[in-house]
Amino acid sequence: MDLEPVWLTLELAGVTTAILMLVGIPLAWWLAHRSGWVGALVGSVVALPLVLPPTVLGFYLLVALGPHGPLGLLTDAAGFGTLAFTFPGLVVGSVIYSLPFVVQPVQAAFEAIGRQPLEAAATLRAAPLDRFFTVALPLARPGILTGATLGFAHTVGEFGVVLMIGGNIPGQTKVLSLAIYDYVENLQYHEANLLSGGMLVFSLLVLLLLRLIAPRQAGLRP
Amino acid sequence: MNRTRRFISQACLLGTLLGLATPAALADAPLHIAVAANFTAPIKLIAADFKQQTGKTVLPSFGATGMLYAQIRNGAPFALFLSADSRRPRLLAEQGLAVPSSRRTYAIGRLVLWSPHAGRFGDGGKVLRAGQFARLSIAEPKAAPYGAAAQQVLEHMGLWHSLQPRIVRGQSLTQAYQYVASGNAQLGFVALSQIALLPPARKGSQWLVPQSFYKPIEQQVVLLKRAANDPTAKAFYAYLKSPKVEKIIRRYGYEIAR
Repeated sequence: MDLEPVWLTLELAGVTTAILMLVGIPLAWWLAHRSGWVGALVGSVVALPLVLPPTVLGFYLLVALGPHGPLGLLTDAAGFGTLAFTFPGLVVGSVIYSLPFVVQPVQAAFEAIGRQPLEAAATLRAAPLDRFFTVALPLARPGILTGATLGFAHTVGEFGVVLMIGGNIPGQTKVLSLAIYDYVENLQYHEANLLSGGMLVFSLLVLLLLRLIAPRQAGLRP
Repeated sequence: MNRTRRFISQACLLGTLLGLATPAALADAPLHIAVAANFTAPIKLIAADFKQQTGKTVLPSFGATGMLYAQIRNGAPFALFLSADSRRPRLLAEQGLAVPSSRRTYAIGRLVLWSPHAGRFGDGGKVLRAGQFARLSIAEPKAAPYGAAAQQVLEHMGLWHSLQPRIVRGQSLTQAYQYVASGNAQLGFVALSQIALLPPARKGSQWLVPQSFYKPIEQQVVLLKRAANDPTAKAFYAYLKSPKVEKIIRRYGYEIAR
């Protein structure tokens, strides 16, 4: 029983979650304070991975990351080569794929704060950035924790995108879901069972944890 | 309230229509067959031809031989299995899931090293030894017989271990082909059948791997037990042996076992 896919999956989910925190929190803040059609459009684009089959995302990524695709031309020019079949390529895919799972809970948390605490801070001469870091972020903590946990768990469960752009390279792109797929394909049901059982227990614990850290957190809104 | 009532009446109407349609639909229910990915293009032609001859629809499901085998083992409702190897049809016959006497070789496949760019290489063996590429695409050897053949070729050339970091694996032969066609891998081992009918402008560079480098890919078909008495399944099984079909199979670059 080879445990490499387990560590690789945790690494991918960890890196993805860190990037999603950096990208997702400012985006959620912007969306929370933006009405009108631009906000609606951006919010809808962010929500796309909730409804699109991962294969759609994987297919477009494969083309976009390829030597003739926009991302491929960019990474090639920057000297990174093309990203399909590499760990960074999977990170790019996972960040897009798990984006709504981070943005939506955080956005809901920011919206729930309302204007009053921020206005009160403003009357006490807190600058906008200061208000964001000392008032908004601490108040949105449960939402941010929910987003981080969901983003991590969702990345762990990724299959379609990895299948399309991963190339199944041990230690590079062979994550848990692919390892399970391979075991099933080769009728190694014992190994498939061990990994699947582990995933099941992990997912249940994550969902339980979510209910404990944020019992009244608004859910996802496709 | 009104809308609910209308919805219920429509649902009832639809149910009635479906109910009436069922016996008729069963009479010409499509024949579901499992087909190894390398045989995708020819089976589509063969199925279309069969429909013209008999009016019966054949619906192929494509995948890696290993995956299809696992699905059949777990009760997938296929009537025939066109494998990319002889091992899995034999196992199905031994396990009582296929009719043993129906097992026969319908095609012998050839492996090709391919790049969509013409002039990328002349001698594929040379380009592999020189390592003039970043990624080489193959099908997953454990699941796809053409992937296993690719592994044998690289082992025969003594390159299997040194090339490991550059080998990318598609879950089926179709995906391995896709990796090369999209330019994400520069070279790939594919089936001759996948590129046999490309227009000259898109033929790219090809190296037909010498047969001595790998075990012959004997592709076998079996009639599955669940369809042993299905007339359409038996008709299609017999049709696969017809000279007309053998001509189609040859056109795609396969050999026919004598």
